[in-house]
Amino acid sequence: MWRGVLVLGLGFLWVPVLLLVGFAFSADRIPFQWGGFSLHWFAALATNERLVEAAWLSLRVASGSATLATLIGGVAGFALARWGAFAGRGLFGALIGAPLVLPEVVTALAMLLLFVTLEAAIGWPAGRGALTILLAHATLGAAYVAVVVQARLAGTERVLEEAAMDLGAGPLATFRTITLPLMAPALAAGWLLAFTLSFDDLVIASFVSGPAGTTLPVLVFSALRLGLTPEINALGAVILALAGLCVALAALLLRARWLEGGGEGG
Amino acid sequence: MRRVLVLLPAWAWLLAFVAAPAVILLGIAFGTGAEGVPPFRWPFGPGLAWQGSFGNLATLIQDEFYRDSLWRAALLAGSTAVLTLLLGFPMAFAIARARRGWRVPLLALVLLPFWTGFLLRMGAFIGLLRDQGLVNAALLGLGLIEEPLTLLYTEGAMLAGMVHAYLPFAVLPLYATLSRLDPVLEQAAADLGATPATVFWTVTLPLALPGVVAASLLVFIPAAGEFVIPELLGPSDALPVGRVLWQEFFSNRDWPMAAALAVALLALLIVPIRLFQRAS
Repeated sequence: MWRGVLVLGLGFLWVPVLLLVGFAFSADRIPFQWGGFSLHWFAALATNERLVEAAWLSLRVASGSATLATLIGGVAGFALARWGAFAGRGLFGALIGAPLVLPEVVTALAMLLLFVTLEAAIGWPAGRGALTILLAHATLGAAYVAVVVQARLAGTERVLEEAAMDLGAGPLATFRTITLPLMAPALAAGWLLAFTLSFDDLVIASFVSGPAGTTLPVLVFSALRLGLTPEINALGAVILALAGLCVALAALLLRARWLEGGGEGG
Repeated sequence: MRRVLVLLPAWAWLLAFVAAPAVILLGIAFGTGAEGVPPFRWPFGPGLAWQGSFGNLATLIQDEFYRDSLWRAALLAGSTAVLTLLLGFPMAFAIARARRGWRVPLLALVLLPFWTGFLLRMGAFIGLLRDQGLVNAALLGLGLIEEPLTLLYTEGAMLAGMVHAYLPFAVLPLYATLSRLDPVLEQAAADLGATPATVFWTVTLPLALPGVVAASLLVFIPAAGEFVIPELLGPSDALPVGRVLWQEFFSNRDWPMAAALAVALLALLIVPIRLFQRAS
C-alpha cells in the first residue's frame, strides 16, 4: 500500500513535467498538442532576443549571488558549528536564518523598502536592477549555505582539527589544511543550491528589480499570465536537462552519504 | 579578537540586509502614502516628529476584505499542509523502507522537480487543465464527458499546484525521521499481537511525530505567503494575503498598506515560525 502511494505521488510529480518536456518536441503551434516531431521551438527559443537576454541576466545574477552567498554563509556556518557560544551568537543565528522562515513576499518587500530608503539617504544603490537582485538573492542564499555548512561540520569529528593543533599547526594552518577541505563539499553543494534559488526566483526579483532587471522567471511569469506558448515547453526541456546535470554533480560532491541516514556518517 | 574580525563582514551584511529591512518594513507599515518617488512618507519627520498613522492597521482589522485575505491564506496554507502530509507521509515511509540502494535515487526523484523551474511546472498545469488542455481532450476522447470541464482557474487547480510545489518540502523532513525509526519496534509490537493498523497508530505515527510537525510547518509557513500559484491557477476571487499584498504594491502603489499586510502576515506566522525554530 505504501509503495502504491509512492508510485502515485511520483507520477503526480513527474507526469506534468515529462509532458511539458515531451510536447517541446511537437511542431504544433498550440502547446500540448502533438503536430509531429520538430526542433522548431528550440530554434525559436535561441533566436528570441528578450528571452536570451533575460536568461543571460539570470545566469550572471545567479552565479554572482551564489558566490557571495557561499562566502557569507560559509563563514557563518563555520562560526555557528565550531565557535560554541561566541558573543552575539543568538542574534547572529536568528539573522542568518531569518530568510529561511520568512515568506518570500515579506523578504521581497522588506528588501525593496531598504533599497529605496538607502537610495534616498546615500544615493546607493542607484536605481534598481541586476545589482539589487544580486544583493537580495545573496542574502537568501547565504541562509541556505550556512545551514548546509553547519550540518556538514556538525557531522564531522573535531578530533582532526585538535590533532593538527596538537602537532603544532596554528589556527590558520589548521583551518586551511583540515577544516576547509572538510567544508568543501558543503560549500559546493551550497553554491549550487543558492544558484538554483536565485535562478528560479520570481517574487524577490519582481519586487527589487526595475525595468532594467527582467530575469528569466520574471519574463516567463509575464508570458504565463497571458497564456502558454510552445517556447515555454522548450525552455522547460532545457532547464530540466541543466537541473539534472547540476543535481548529479551535487550528489557526486556530497557522495549522498547523509541521505542514507544513520550508518557511517559524514 | 581575530574571531570578531573574521565575522565582521558577515555581521555587517546581516545587519544591513536582514535587520535593517525588517525595521524599515515595520516603520513603513505606520507610514502614509504620498505622491512621488518613493510613494510613501516615513512615520517620523525631521526631529523625530510623529507624522505616521495607525490607519493601515485599523483598516486591516476593520475591513472585511483584508481580514478575509488573512483567513484565506491560513486556509490555503492549512489545506496544502494537510494534503502534502497525506501524500508525503506514505511516500517518505515507502522510501525509508526501500532497499538501501534504492533510497537515494527515489529521494532524488522526489526532489528533482524542485530544481526544474517552478514556473515551468505551473505552465505544465496550465497546459494540462485548460479547456482545450490534455485532461479535457483525454476525457472527451474516452467519451466520459460531452463538454470540456472547467478545470483551470478553480480551487482544485490551485490546490493541485500547491501540493505539486510543496510536496518535496514535506517528504524530506518526514524521510529524515522515518529513516531513523527502527523497524524492530514495529516487529515487537506485531509479535505481541498488534494488528498492522494498531502498530501504525500506536508505534509508527507517535515516533514519527517530530517529522510530521516539521513537515507541516515547513509547508505552512511559505504557503501562507504564496502569490504565484493562486495567481496562475486559482480563481480570480481567490485572494490570499500574498496576492492582495502584491496588488497593493504593484497595482495600487500603496506601499504602506503592503507593508502593513506583510507585518500582519508575520504576526499570523510568528507562532508557527517559533515552533519550527524550536523543532529544528
